[in-house]
Amino acid sequence: MGELAAFMILSLVTLIPAVVVVTSSNIVRAALSLVPTFLGVTGLYVMLQAEFVAGIQVLIYAGAITVLILFVIMLTEGGTGVRTRQLNDQVPLGAMAAVWLAFVLIVIFTRTGWPTAAGVLPAYNVVAVGNAFLSDYVLIFEVTSVVLLVSLVGAIVIARRED
Amino acid sequence: MLQVAWLIPLLPFIAFWVILFRGRRLPGEGAYVAIGALGLSGLLSLVILGQVMFGGRYQATMVWATMGDRPLAVGYAVDPLTAVMLFVVTVVGSLIFIYSVGYMHGDPRYPRFFAYLSLFAASMLLLVLANNFLVLYAGWELVGLCSYLLIGFWFERPAAARASMKAFVTTRVGDFFMFLGILLLFFTVGSLQFDAVFAAVQTGSLAGPLLTLAAVLIFGGAVGKSAQIPLHVWLPDAMEGPTPVSALIHAATMVAAGVYLVARTYELFFSSPDHLALTVVAYIGGLTALMAATIGIVQDDIKRVLAYSTISQLGYMMLGLGVLGYTAGVFHLMTHAFFKALLFLAAGSVIHAMNTNDIKEMGGLAKVMPVTYVTMLVGGLALAGVPPFAGFWSKDEILLEAYHHDRTLFYLGAAGAFVTAFYVFRMIFYTFTGSLRSHTAHPHESPQVMTVPLIVLAAFSGVIGLVGAPWPLVGNMFHRFVHFEAAEGAPFDLRFAALSTAIAGAGILAAAVVYRWQLVSSATLRRVLAPAYAVLVHKYWWDEFYAVSVVRPVVWVAQQLRTFDVYAIDGAVNAIGVVFVWLSRLYRVFDLYVVDGAVNLVGWLAKAAGGRLRHVQTGRAQNYLLVIALGVIVLAVIGLTR
Amino acid sequence: MQVGLTSYLIVAALLFCLGLYGVLTRRNAVAILMGIELMLNAANINLVAFNRFVAPAAVAGQVFALVIITLAACEAAVGLALVMAAYRSLETIQVDEINLMKW
Repeated sequence: MGELAAFMILSLVTLIPAVVVVTSSNIVRAALSLVPTFLGVTGLYVMLQAEFVAGIQVLIYAGAITVLILFVIMLTEGGTGVRTRQLNDQVPLGAMAAVWLAFVLIVIFTRTGWPTAAGVLPAYNVVAVGNAFLSDYVLIFEVTSVVLLVSLVGAIVIARRED
Repeated sequence: MLQVAWLIPLLPFIAFWVILFRGRRLPGEGAYVAIGALGLSGLLSLVILGQVMFGGRYQATMVWATMGDRPLAVGYAVDPLTAVMLFVVTVVGSLIFIYSVGYMHGDPRYPRFFAYLSLFAASMLLLVLANNFLVLYAGWELVGLCSYLLIGFWFERPAAARASMKAFVTTRVGDFFMFLGILLLFFTVGSLQFDAVFAAVQTGSLAGPLLTLAAVLIFGGAVGKSAQIPLHVWLPDAMEGPTPVSALIHAATMVAAGVYLVARTYELFFSSPDHLALTVVAYIGGLTALMAATIGIVQDDIKRVLAYSTISQLGYMMLGLGVLGYTAGVFHLMTHAFFKALLFLAAGSVIHAMNTNDIKEMGGLAKVMPVTYVTMLVGGLALAGVPPFAGFWSKDEILLEAYHHDRTLFYLGAAGAFVTAFYVFRMIFYTFTGSLRSHTAHPHESPQVMTVPLIVLAAFSGVIGLVGAPWPLVGNMFHRFVHFEAAEGAPFDLRFAALSTAIAGAGILAAAVVYRWQLVSSATLRRVLAPAYAVLVHKYWWDEFYAVSVVRPVVWVAQQLRTFDVYAIDGAVNAIGVVFVWLSRLYRVFDLYVVDGAVNLVGWLAKAAGGRLRHVQTGRAQNYLLVIALGVIVLAVIGLTR
Repeated sequence: MQVGLTSYLIVAALLFCLGLYGVLTRRNAVAILMGIELMLNAANINLVAFNRFVAPAAVAGQVFALVIITLAACEAAVGLALVMAAYRSLETIQVDEINLMKW
């Protein structure tokens, strides 16, 4: 019972600000609405007993990425974007596509018989994740590091002024 | 040598092609090639003549094609008659070729003249060598062609062009009948070989009226080619050609081809019932002989006199053949070739010097052109039939045969002989005696290249007759050489010979009375014998008769056909053209609107579609993303519903 | 009602579609990137949910989700750098005005 309530609350906390993100005419409001969305997702992670992922989610998403977005908003149009129209002429078609896709996905998800296995997640999944990264998924780990480096350099190169 | 007799016509034939293509660049501008070729053929002919005199005979045949089940063969044969003809054609021909070097000097188409002469020589030699009607007819037509080309050699002169046409068309009429005769023989006997045909005659499978018909039809060709009545009208006009041509073709050789034809196919004529075919030949010959001679009396053109003389003498040859005088006719052919060629070449020499053909403008040339005078005198005596010259022996033999066969023909021949002597000496007296009547001419003797052949021919005219004379011990050599078994000639009669000589002498005397000593002036004669004179001057109105009866209807038919052609046929063609133009206009509309429309429609569609579809390329990534999203949905739905 | 795998999946699906709607309809380039972030998050939820319910012994799902988060960060950095560079040269970040690929 409690689980259900928690789930519902967390879902709403995730989805309703998401609606604001995608529909608000105030770009800053939209950016700030990202935060509760991400936090809701964090909660869901906790419910799914993926604490490490939840922690990282808060750190990266709710923290770094949101701030990054806000900075860029500031450095580009900033508050002047409030007065311009925020939604383009594709709204009806886009809405239709999104609704249909949602419908189709939900149909797929509910129709499919998922082979749910009852197992127990490792207690300290941080350890498990760490072990996994450095044993089975070490390649991905290393490559991701490289990608991080590359994107760091790339972002600087792209964004700097040409003088 | 007999085996290579086929070289004899081949050498001049090759000369023809060589001169035609190389002409001007050859030595002597083609003349030497022609003379060389014919000379070589002449040497071969002499050798062959010798061989045949000692009994040599030869024949070679080759099947050329088959018509249904009947084979068509080509081949040649050498026998005494052929050998004599070869001798005559090549020797006389060579002399005339040499003469032409001088006569045609400076002519702009000089090489072509010799090319045509060579072709003629080749054709004539082919004709006499033939051993079947097919090759004979081929040669026959070829000599006709050469005659046309050579008469009209100076084709810029309208008279020459007309004359060549007249010659060709007239002889064509004769050739048509001859061809019918050949066809008749082919379909009756099954072969065109002389041997086969004569065998059929002897076995009797070809006999009776059919045989007479075939013989007379073939004689039709001879009538045309040898200018007998009624197809004689072309020969006087043919004098428009150069004099060597007149000498060679229209005196010595081509016109003799008709006589040769009758001699060669004598079997047909001889075996026709009651010698009917021979009678036809004899009477046509006899009438022609007399008629032509009379016309010759009133001619003022030196060549015309000789032309009518030729017609007349050919008539004598036919007469001789017709009265079973086979040897006589052929003998006269040979002697006539020599002295007529001589007369023509001498006349050419005179024309060359005087620049005119009219004897009324001449006179006293004996002193200025002695060689020409003497040689022409020899020729005239030979023609008149004065012994010991050539013409006497042959003409005498003919008259003798006629006397023993058919008196009427004898009287015709005798009268003709008198007239012959009269007209030829009229010509000689007008030309060579008295004083020069023209005031503008400056005559002089001709160059040696012309006079030497004259001398040679005169020599021949003198002695050639003697081979046919009745020698004691050896008899008549020519008669033994060329004869027809069944037609045994009458033996020589000295009193008869005296009679012939007297007739000739009388003619010469009469001519001298009027023209040499002017005891009776020609003007008086003309007045006294005015109606006869009118008939003769108008040549018995033959040309006028033909103009009305043949030429005018033919021309009328041609005009009707032309009208038909212009209005009906051209009209139909033009109508078709109009229809097609109209159709093409229709097609054009179709093409313009339907076909072009379709093509343009495709282009317009592409453009319109493109014009609409390009708006898809908005350049905005979000539009593309929308499409992707929709696509994913569609795929998912398809996957779900499967 | 039991909170099972399907529930999480539904939530993820809805989040994903909201993100898609944002990507398709927003004019501001940054807003589009925000929509992309939402979509990535939805995928993460799916992964972790599958990890929990379908293969709990393995941590592949969580590893995958972590990698995605990392890459999302990289991508956001580079993408926003691009937006800034674009703003500098094109004077606008309204994407429907940037149509250099137009016909």
